[in-house]
Amino acid sequence: MDSDILEKEYDEKTRSLIQGMVEAEEHAIAIRKKQAAPEEECECRDGMFPNGKTPPKASRRQFLASAASGAAALAVGSAASAAVPAGSIDYPVQDDPTKVQGRLTNDDGGYGSRSQFETEARWRFPTATKESSWTMTPLDSGSGIVTPSALHFERHHGGIPNIHPDKHELVVHGMVDGARKYTMEDLKRFPSVSRFHFIECSGNGLTEWRKPTLKTVQGTHGLTSTTEWTGVPLSTILREVGVQDGAAWILAEGSDAAVMTRSVPLDKAWDDAMLVYAQNGEAIRPEQGYPLRLLLPGFEGNTHIKWLRRLEISDKPFMTREETSKYTDLLDGGKARQFSFTMEAKSVITFPSGEMKLPGAGFYEISGLAWTGKGRIKRVEVSVDGGDSWQLAELQTPVLPICHTRFRFPWRWDGKPTVIQSRCQDETGYVQPTIKDLVGVRGLDGGKYGSIYHLNAIQSWAVDADGGVSNVHKY
Amino acid sequence: MFTNIKTANYVSTITLSLILGAVPLKSSAATGYGGPYNFGNPASAAEIASIDIDVMPDGRGLPPGSGDYKTGKKVYAANCMACHGADLGGVAGTGAAALIGGRDSLASGKPKKTVESYWPYASTVFDFVKRAMPFWAPGSLSDDEVYAVVAYVLGEANILDKGTTLNATSLPKIDMPNKDGFISDPRPDVFLYE
Repeated sequence: MDSDILEKEYDEKTRSLIQGMVEAEEHAIAIRKKQAAPEEECECRDGMFPNGKTPPKASRRQFLASAASGAAALAVGSAASAAVPAGSIDYPVQDDPTKVQGRLTNDDGGYGSRSQFETEARWRFPTATKESSWTMTPLDSGSGIVTPSALHFERHHGGIPNIHPDKHELVVHGMVDGARKYTMEDLKRFPSVSRFHFIECSGNGLTEWRKPTLKTVQGTHGLTSTTEWTGVPLSTILREVGVQDGAAWILAEGSDAAVMTRSVPLDKAWDDAMLVYAQNGEAIRPEQGYPLRLLLPGFEGNTHIKWLRRLEISDKPFMTREETSKYTDLLDGGKARQFSFTMEAKSVITFPSGEMKLPGAGFYEISGLAWTGKGRIKRVEVSVDGGDSWQLAELQTPVLPICHTRFRFPWRWDGKPTVIQSRCQDETGYVQPTIKDLVGVRGLDGGKYGSIYHLNAIQSWAVDADGGVSNVHKY
Repeated sequence: MFTNIKTANYVSTITLSLILGAVPLKSSAATGYGGPYNFGNPASAAEIASIDIDVMPDGRGLPPGSGDYKTGKKVYAANCMACHGADLGGVAGTGAAALIGGRDSLASGKPKKTVESYWPYASTVFDFVKRAMPFWAPGSLSDDEVYAVVAYVLGEANILDKGTTLNATSLPKIDMPNKDGFISDPRPDVFLYE
């Protein structure tokens, strides 16, 4: 632990923010443990797979009750029962599924649900209002690189608007030859592209600057998610409207209650920006901006304006609230960085990670995610000895630009306490730094506060002699 | 091109090269643009005006109308005080921020970020209040009311003389205390390159 960092203090608002997140995570962990508690001891040991691979008690009780009353076939399409996790239906469990017919084909209304035995869920930071709040993706239970649409992290500033797609229009105006408006039908007629990209909130890890604070990787890193996005290249629309000489910025505006706005450099718009209407093969979720979202690959999440209704091309940035009073990085000395758009290279081990418990010495496949806003991940290294030595991890191919990259590393744990870490390098050569490196150049938000944005430092997990995994700082 | 984009704190060689590099693409098939497609329809001036609510630091976008401190005090009491407090310090539990105070605190080691201490432009206050405040009735204030409440907040912050009437001419002339407080993003700022 670096004493300089510990001597610095968070301000009252940040302290209360962090305390709130600690309490929210504690609540989520308690629920998860209750859901995951097996009826009998199993070899997997409580906590190793904290999301539970054994039937929740409630569901078994539910089945017994259903069977006793003869109500074997449940009402289909009804709202999810409180007895089963969100997104699932409480179906009866057969004692021997090889001896009775299963449930009816397509009798779920035609839109599937997940197994009632899977419990992973987002949890919400307890802000003063539920309208302006955020939720975290359960990275600890994730596989591969794609985030299920229902588990994509959220950040809302004015609730989630419910927009009829037939009534939604995008207006493009300002320094253009001809201002135009587009319905969703119009936009879907343009040639489209599909790309896998992560979106990360620049506040991801905000609790972790000064000392290890949250317990799980969902809490420390859950504000990043990867999706296959489909839509129209913004460059196509710019060509359609004709951008005038001297234009340099675009204002993007959402049609939520915050009427969220950010200014975006025009070069980004020409380069790889997209107007997306689909997420993982279906319409984007309301929480992600239905029916239309601006996607700015590699830029901080707040700039990916949801419920997009307006683009105004201009010569200057608009200096909106979000790009002046928020999402700016106050440094030692009192100056603040502005327009710090890029999400820099970052990685984290998701298995094993905080609050898990390894059953004993032996083989484990360490696994995690790496990503960078500047292109492809070039390599990921893993240390299983607290940073004394590093070895290359295997990258799951294809390694896509500006996208979560899954890495894996075979590890035989000798049963002794240690610290495991990952660090990545992107194709620009940039190497993921330590927290100490970052604080060394930035200070902590004016000197004594905890800066909350753009933490991309190496994450350390301590493995205790009893197999317990916990969040630690190790430089 | 150079002078036009040298407008803010965001000026980097990447920006310049990409903007310059993007110009030829407008007329080439480098990215496969096969248009014009001419989908969609022209947006009329009236249609644009109905949603074009943004206000820029130089005053572009400010609507007609005016307001002053005295009127603003009433507007504030009726619409803002419940969350932001009689002292403009923010009421605990509402999520509302402190609006004033903290001047010269940014380099002190105990920074307090408020409209008074941190926000670089008065236009941002007008823009944000008009689009998103009050939280429970966003967009409900008239332009006159927005001018007035901005005059009240900036008056309480000792940034604006309490006798000043704010309008599209006077508002852009306000010098905010932290107008020079922002710098461009220099990252990468940690160099561990091989």
